[in-house]
Amino acid sequence: MTTAAGTPTDRSVLPVTERYTLLGWLRRNLFSDLFNSLLTIVAVASIFIVARLILRWAFNTAEWGVIPANFNLIMRGQYPAIEAWRLWLVIYLLGTTVGLVWRLIVGQFNTTARILVAIPLVLMLIPFFSMGTRLYLMITAVASFAGYFIAGYLPIQHRGRAASYFVMAYLVVMLILLRGAGADDGPMPPVQPILWGGLLLSLLLAFFGITLSFPLGVLLALGRQSKLPAIRVMSVIYIEFIRGVPLISLLFMGQIMLQLFLPDGFPLVDRVLRALVAITLFSAAYTAENVRGGLQSIPRGQYEAAQAVGLSTYQSTIHIILPQALRAVIPVLVGQFISLFKDTTLVALVGIFDLLGIARTIIANPDWLGTQQEVFAVIAVLFWIFSYTMSFASRRLERRLGVGQR
Amino acid sequence: MSENASADEIIICQDVCKWFGDFQALKNCTLRVQAQEVVVIIGPSGSGKSTFIRCINRLEEHQAGDIIVDGIPLTRDVRNIEQIRSETGMVFQQFNLFPHLTVLENITLAPIQVRKMKKDEAMDTAMGLLNRVGIPEQADKYPGQLSGGQQQRVAIARSLAMSPKIMLFDEPTSALDPEMIKEVLDVMQELAETGMTMLVVTHEMGFAREVADRIVFMDGGEIMEVGTPEHFFTNAQHERTKLFLSQIL
Amino acid sequence: MQNIHASQVRPPFYRDERVLGVFSQILVVVIVLGLGLFFFNNMITGLREKHSVAITFSFLTQTAGFDIGESLIEYSRERTYLRAFVVGLLNTFQVAVLGIIFATALGILIGVMRLSTNFLVSKIAAVYIDIFRNIPLLVLLIFWAQGVFLKLPRVADAIVLADAFYLSNRGVAIPWGLPTDSWGTYLIVLAAGFIAGAVLAYFLREHGKRTGRMPLVTLWFIVTVAAVGLIGWIVLPQPMTLDVPTLEGFNTQGGKILSQQFMALLSGLIIYTAAFIAEVVRAGIQSVSKGQREAATALGLTAAQTLRLIIFPQALRVIIPPLTSQYLNLTKNSSLAIAIGYPDLFAVAGNTILNQTGREIEMFTMIMGTYLSLSLLTSFLMNIYNRRIRLVER
Repeated sequence: MTTAAGTPTDRSVLPVTERYTLLGWLRRNLFSDLFNSLLTIVAVASIFIVARLILRWAFNTAEWGVIPANFNLIMRGQYPAIEAWRLWLVIYLLGTTVGLVWRLIVGQFNTTARILVAIPLVLMLIPFFSMGTRLYLMITAVASFAGYFIAGYLPIQHRGRAASYFVMAYLVVMLILLRGAGADDGPMPPVQPILWGGLLLSLLLAFFGITLSFPLGVLLALGRQSKLPAIRVMSVIYIEFIRGVPLISLLFMGQIMLQLFLPDGFPLVDRVLRALVAITLFSAAYTAENVRGGLQSIPRGQYEAAQAVGLSTYQSTIHIILPQALRAVIPVLVGQFISLFKDTTLVALVGIFDLLGIARTIIANPDWLGTQQEVFAVIAVLFWIFSYTMSFASRRLERRLGVGQR
Repeated sequence: MSENASADEIIICQDVCKWFGDFQALKNCTLRVQAQEVVVIIGPSGSGKSTFIRCINRLEEHQAGDIIVDGIPLTRDVRNIEQIRSETGMVFQQFNLFPHLTVLENITLAPIQVRKMKKDEAMDTAMGLLNRVGIPEQADKYPGQLSGGQQQRVAIARSLAMSPKIMLFDEPTSALDPEMIKEVLDVMQELAETGMTMLVVTHEMGFAREVADRIVFMDGGEIMEVGTPEHFFTNAQHERTKLFLSQIL
Repeated sequence: MQNIHASQVRPPFYRDERVLGVFSQILVVVIVLGLGLFFFNNMITGLREKHSVAITFSFLTQTAGFDIGESLIEYSRERTYLRAFVVGLLNTFQVAVLGIIFATALGILIGVMRLSTNFLVSKIAAVYIDIFRNIPLLVLLIFWAQGVFLKLPRVADAIVLADAFYLSNRGVAIPWGLPTDSWGTYLIVLAAGFIAGAVLAYFLREHGKRTGRMPLVTLWFIVTVAAVGLIGWIVLPQPMTLDVPTLEGFNTQGGKILSQQFMALLSGLIIYTAAFIAEVVRAGIQSVSKGQREAATALGLTAAQTLRLIIFPQALRVIIPPLTSQYLNLTKNSSLAIAIGYPDLFAVAGNTILNQTGREIEMFTMIMGTYLSLSLLTSFLMNIYNRRIRLVER
């Protein structure tokens, strides 16, 4: 996207009178000639028709009652209501961690930070939320502020390293909270992953899918670039095999055949875990290809310089090659995360109740027959919000990192 | 044991050959370099100058002949390769600084990782080297923020940080704007005066005349002529040497 | 004192670069093979407990015993499993080929709209792209099948477009050609037209090479074929009649009925993939630098010539590789048909046949082998193409 000076859209070259007037703008962008004017009229007409169709449906036809009635199901699936406090705790801690990490890495309370804090506050405005839910959202906002301020007083030298420790600690705590521990009648009884569901499960599957696939993907990418033919060939076979078959076939295989591959009594019985294995193996091949793009962008001189100063292959990979390659592919990996997040919907086809799976159970419920349009519209909008926000953020990140410009 | 060499000869290349596919890039190159000597290699582009010095620290693998650096034969033995690489520093035409590391980190990386030096000690050495190449104030910048000449001086400091016995320079000034060439050549001249053994591929004839102990002329993958600067610029023997000198002087 | 031939002494093997390289490869291969063998062994043991023979494809010749909703070739429940597999494969092909054609057309349209100087048109395209790129395809497909196509009126109250298209919850009935007796002759005429077009194109191209001014070869080819086709249509007695569906009682008669599942899958795939193709097209056209346009204008080329000779060939170079991967994605995505009940390869083989026979290994081998060979064939052709059009660069 380059808008060089001197193009017709550049205001400075237009006569003074046309510069900032509404009429001038309209003439330039909508009515510059006959064809353009015709296009504008057709466009306005189609926008009008589509908007009327959607608005009529949304305000007259649609029965929105199904959403508030099943809201908890959509958010957390079969996760026991009595244990919901654990999920809220996970969210508070997420707020705190984001606040902490933000202070440590970004360092200032800029516009993006304000938007992040505003999210829970805006969610409080959703009409059918109970006062309790609103209170919890408020606590989330307060928790993220708290994280931000606490980080300011911590005597920390290595900010980046500290931030990654905080994130790792959060992940461990999150898993313990979600999974539970101890006796069934204890304070935090175990909740089997098969009961996790809804948006919660979709996000978890995407997050752990990409995180677990990352090391494998990096290894495969390095293998594919290796000088040693046997290692290269095996990496290529894995990558091309996985990329050549549909995810759905891997998911089915994971459900039906994973058990066959493992010795008797191996504890991989949970459907969700089996799906996660399939997703991880799938995602690794795509991570590998993306990382390979980064590796290829590194000039040969970097390898040579690393060799010349005496670094071993391992040392130069860790200290010179990977840091540069990974930095170059961060935006691409965010893109991959988004598409993996969308792809997790496929687990609904193997009997797992993620966001889509839950939606299918809701419309199958006799109480809510015929609400396909409403339920699927809400699911689609939820997915859209998440993935659009992420791709928007990634584009900003890309500009900040200045990828492609040294 | 007829072909024994004196202990002062720090680099010995005997009949070194190298092929890229069918193309023979080096044809029986033989050269012996004394310790503390400065040897400048000149020749038309594509004559194998760069390939030759890149063979000495094994960035390229030679296929026939012998290379011995500081008494260590360069073979497929990984330990020997490691030793030779840590005893030779190399400066590239394109600098090849690590863009994701600061100037200081560029210099301290190898001492800390390879020599297992303490970080503080490595930083002190690095600052000393930056002082020596004249840019201590740039220590915390990233390579992308420096001019070409400054980057090349950092690259020299980075090589020196491993306290090498030999420095290889592969056209160190060819990628520089004219006004920056001198600052790099000055650093190299000063380095030569401290008694560093240097092998320099360059087109800078002024530098060759002033600093070199010997000049090597290569053409078509062969070493055509070796001699002192006076010999070269006044009394070159070989026709092709004369032709080359007449073209560039 | 040192011996300069020392470098010919072989180093001890544990320090030899080459030995180490070979050894590390062997190590990795052994680990991978060992793991593979371990899994394979477990699998065979497991299968032995279940079937008498661990792996066999002989069941493929047995009678399938199930119906398939739609098929391009003759099929009934008495046919074999292999036949059923082929039916699924052809259904996948059908959706993939039609999907690719329409998604390309729609994608190019939206990509070009995105680059329009008209503010509204460009924004409409942007909104389209942003919406459909960020919604999971499966959600879109199920919404489309269950929220739109199933909600259409019953056949008796079908929505009628232009007196020829009937939209109902059973699918879409469209007019369809019925070949008559002279259809065979007409096909021969058409083939002759193709040959004539190809010959003409060959001479035009040769002529173009000689003069350096390449005529619009493709256009002339199409014109020739169309002209011959039209003449044949007029001369021969009605090679084909148009069969328009009509509503009779609770059913439509005549024409061709495209099932609700097929339509939902096809239109979902088209809408979704078009958004991605639009981005590919936009990026491709924008990748041709402004300098190229300016240079062409400076040489005195007209706008059309610039587009045909300068912009288009360069943009195509950028567009083709990602476009191919979109085509492959569409083909693989068509396996989501299982969610809306269209009998494609995966639904027939991975679900029905597998459930009936319990032959997991065999069926997955066949399914994945099919998709894989499709992908590999495509990337093979792509590589050849890429090598042909690669810019000669140092």
